[in-house]
Amino acid sequence: MSAREKHTPPYLLTLAARERWGRSEIAFWLGLVAVYFLLPTKLMFASQILITGLFAVSLDLILGYAGIVTLGHAAFFGLGAYTAGLLTKVGFTEPASGLLIAGLVAGIFGYLSSYLVLRGRDLSRLMITLGIGLLLYEVANRATDITGGVDGLQGIAVGKLFGLFAFDLYGKTAYLYVLGVSFLLFAIVRALMTSPYGLSLRSIRENQQRAVAIGIPIRTRLTNIYTFAAVLAGISGALLTQTTQFVAIDVFGFQRSADLLIMLLIGGTATLYGGFVGAAVFLIAQDWLSSINAEYWLFWLGILLIVTTRYLRGGVMGGLKSLHRLAARARHGAEP
Amino acid sequence: MLNFLGLLFDGLAYGTLLFLISVGLSVTLGLMGFINLAHGVFAMVGGYLLVVLMGRFGIDFLTALPIIFVAVALASLVLERTLYRPLYKSTHLDQVLLTVGIIFVAIAGATYFWGPGQQPINIPDWLKGQLSLAGVDLSRYRLFLMAVGTVITLLLVFGLERTRFGARVRASVERQRTAESMGIHVERVFQITFALGSGLAGLGGALGVDVLGLDPYFPLKYLVYFLLIVVVGGPGSVMGTLFAALLLGVADTAGKYYIPETGAFVIYVVMIVLLLFFPQGLLGRRKEI
Repeated sequence: MSAREKHTPPYLLTLAARERWGRSEIAFWLGLVAVYFLLPTKLMFASQILITGLFAVSLDLILGYAGIVTLGHAAFFGLGAYTAGLLTKVGFTEPASGLLIAGLVAGIFGYLSSYLVLRGRDLSRLMITLGIGLLLYEVANRATDITGGVDGLQGIAVGKLFGLFAFDLYGKTAYLYVLGVSFLLFAIVRALMTSPYGLSLRSIRENQQRAVAIGIPIRTRLTNIYTFAAVLAGISGALLTQTTQFVAIDVFGFQRSADLLIMLLIGGTATLYGGFVGAAVFLIAQDWLSSINAEYWLFWLGILLIVTTRYLRGGVMGGLKSLHRLAARARHGAEP
Repeated sequence: MLNFLGLLFDGLAYGTLLFLISVGLSVTLGLMGFINLAHGVFAMVGGYLLVVLMGRFGIDFLTALPIIFVAVALASLVLERTLYRPLYKSTHLDQVLLTVGIIFVAIAGATYFWGPGQQPINIPDWLKGQLSLAGVDLSRYRLFLMAVGTVITLLLVFGLERTRFGARVRASVERQRTAESMGIHVERVFQITFALGSGLAGLGGALGVDVLGLDPYFPLKYLVYFLLIVVVGGPGSVMGTLFAALLLGVADTAGKYYIPETGAFVIYVVMIVLLLFFPQGLLGRRKEI
């Protein structure tokens, strides 16, 4: 231990340790880069998983960390998706800046709607988020001239990335693009959540009264995390539009919000990686099971939800963590 | 004017149905603070039971209704015991996820057994057609609905206000801890009211096949309506629920008639606005859930 470390208060050391990137984390991202070389035929599907994972991470921010129950997070995803699609329609085809604008639109909407959502308690929040989601679905459904209605927004031509890299048929550029954006945004999320700011969100979730007592401005914190989550969701929606060159109306659907909750639950809430892991498990299972029968899939999904709420708390990441803890205990037990 | 009266009549009949279905949800929320999104499933089960009882077993419409009430109530008891009870003290998120899971299983099950389409139903001849009253043509079936609704509301109010069990329910809604310390077995009270409420939802679903329609997505389609009624009426309040249900029924019918192009838009806007301006519910005092 160096002389400087000796004089640092222990809580600062703990914070610094939280901020350090672990080996498994680095392996996770390197693994995603490896996917590009190892599975060149599955890149479109892999991009879908990453996009959904990013979307799930954005939900994790407000649900897992801040404890806001929502059933309408797809609203922001859909807004981002339609914004990115409509931008190309008016001749604005550069993807990276389209992404930023989509995020901005979703963020503004998130900021405004946060005042509606944060007013009430769980039940009112649930209903208002549900209502806003359904409302936007109705708007997209009715405004056929702009959105294409139930048929979805078609004929989206995305330009070259930074004017240099064109999107190809096999999704190579798309995958690297999605991976880059995901990593960048994830790094920001990670920095935020390991910082004292992230800790203050957790304390709000755990006990509002005590959080107030130690001087955390609850309302401000919740408003800005809600807005930030909306930006992330909007960007992931825009990514989906740009990589698939199509917007289906179900980006606003209740099913999407519900699926997202389930993914997060499978992956584990407030674990940073839970969103990506859950999205991967969910989408691969869906790909496999719904090819057998679409209705079966809904059935198993329901069963999975019921079982998870009863028995599998913490999801995959929770399971991994307890395994890790067990292994650590075994090691420490071995050396006296 | 006559047109308006007709609309009002239709809206009230529609509201009566919504009331029958949502009153049980109101009690569930008021008593246990349990967010049960799957309440519409009981109504759907009631509807499908009616289709099966009348279609396959040839049971008379009026005989089928009490059978449905009892069957759905019993089924809900099983569900309460096995799935709901362990989550009473859990977070609202867990309750939401569990009940969304139940909805999904119900949708998949209904599609498996009856297919994705709307279910037709043959209401008895004496309920078909119109009845002319003071120049206004009133559907016999809707009159029947309102009569059933009135009887059930009176029974509910009488049961709550005048019986010992009703007093227990009111005490438990008002303040659970105190009720418990006075020797009221709140869980038992809740179990019975849950069964009664689910039975009523089943009955409402059965009566509503002809008005609301019946397909596997029924519990999701009307989820917002049920929740809205309960939140606006105030969880745990029968009269509040009735008032909110009738209001919503009339508003929705009028909206669909006068401004059909907006579709379901009106109801969502109404919901958000109501929640904004009346966070305490229309009739004042509401439990914080």
